[in-house]
Amino acid sequence: MPHIPVSPNNPGIRGLFEFRPETGASLRKLAQVLLHGESPLTKGERELLATFVSHGNGCRFCTMSHAAAARHHYGADHDVVDAVVYRNDRSGVSELMNILLDIAERVRVGGRNVPDELVARARDLGAGDRHIHDTVLIAAAFCMFNRYVDGLRAITPENREDYVSMGERMATAGYVPTEAADATR
Amino acid sequence: MPHVDIPSKLPGITGLLDAWPEPGKPVRDVTQFILRGPNTLTEGERELIASVVCTGNECQFCSNAHVITAARYVGSVDAVRSILSNPFGGQVSERVAHLLTIAGAIRTSGANVTDEMVAAARAAGATDVEIHDTVLIAALFSYYNRYVDGMATDLPSDDMYYEVLADRLTTDGYIRKEAASGTH
Repeated sequence: MPHIPVSPNNPGIRGLFEFRPETGASLRKLAQVLLHGESPLTKGERELLATFVSHGNGCRFCTMSHAAAARHHYGADHDVVDAVVYRNDRSGVSELMNILLDIAERVRVGGRNVPDELVARARDLGAGDRHIHDTVLIAAAFCMFNRYVDGLRAITPENREDYVSMGERMATAGYVPTEAADATR
Repeated sequence: MPHVDIPSKLPGITGLLDAWPEPGKPVRDVTQFILRGPNTLTEGERELIASVVCTGNECQFCSNAHVITAARYVGSVDAVRSILSNPFGGQVSERVAHLLTIAGAIRTSGANVTDEMVAAARAAGATDVEIHDTVLIAALFSYYNRYVDGMATDLPSDDMYYEVLADRLTTDGYIRKEAASGTH
């Protein structure tokens, strides 16, 4: 049971956004910039980083929902999401993405753990400042979202199927609801 | 040396927010509301919650900034450190001590917040909104600490920097004045 009263119609972080709309609106905007804004990383890669970090933090809601969004972005190659997140099998991602996942994991454990060598390897594989920045930023932000969700024990649907349409909406409509889209939710 | 180029060469979070204002803006807005907005927790109590996480994560820039800012409200850096090492020592209310305990648990993992911790905070008078805000502040600094350290940002060359920063955070808060930044 959640630690605060949230609507059963809004599982996960959405219930928290609804509980405190003053911060919910800005947190939605942050997610939108991170996962849908300009970046040299594809939306699929960014959702994969978000899912990978959430799984590392043991946040089931964020893992399941962002995995569904990542699968939607990867389309026919959606198996790569489960391979990376649940089996730590990196064979389906680029060498650069492999290093960026390592950087994200270091950030997750603690920001002071990102060695220069790892950043240098990413650069050797073609990463610019923006790849490094966006990876660190996404990993750090999901350390926040995960703690927010689990710290308040937000409602977490059990089954993978419960997340399919949620993930599709996250991947296509994004994180800042328009009024029109809102009316259909 | 930072892992990426910070054009302004400003230390800590300041240089990051300056270099990447687009993700910076919504986070600043959350921070301003949750630490300075209308609340039944005082600004000092909220800075203590931030300080629990920053010191626990050993983020030097964030710890110095928030411990020194909290000290402006609490009285001294020593008083802040004493509260952080023993929240139940009588310097803050029992309710705030329980909220600081919850913040400390979240620093490691959101799942560490137990029913007992929340029940104890409630029994001491904490409201749903206070519990929510404590969790969000602790989560927010779990982000700031990792962003600042994960990018290997510079520390200020002079510790006076933190005093000037604390002046600003206790007066203007977390939103930059338009005239100062030239942006919206």
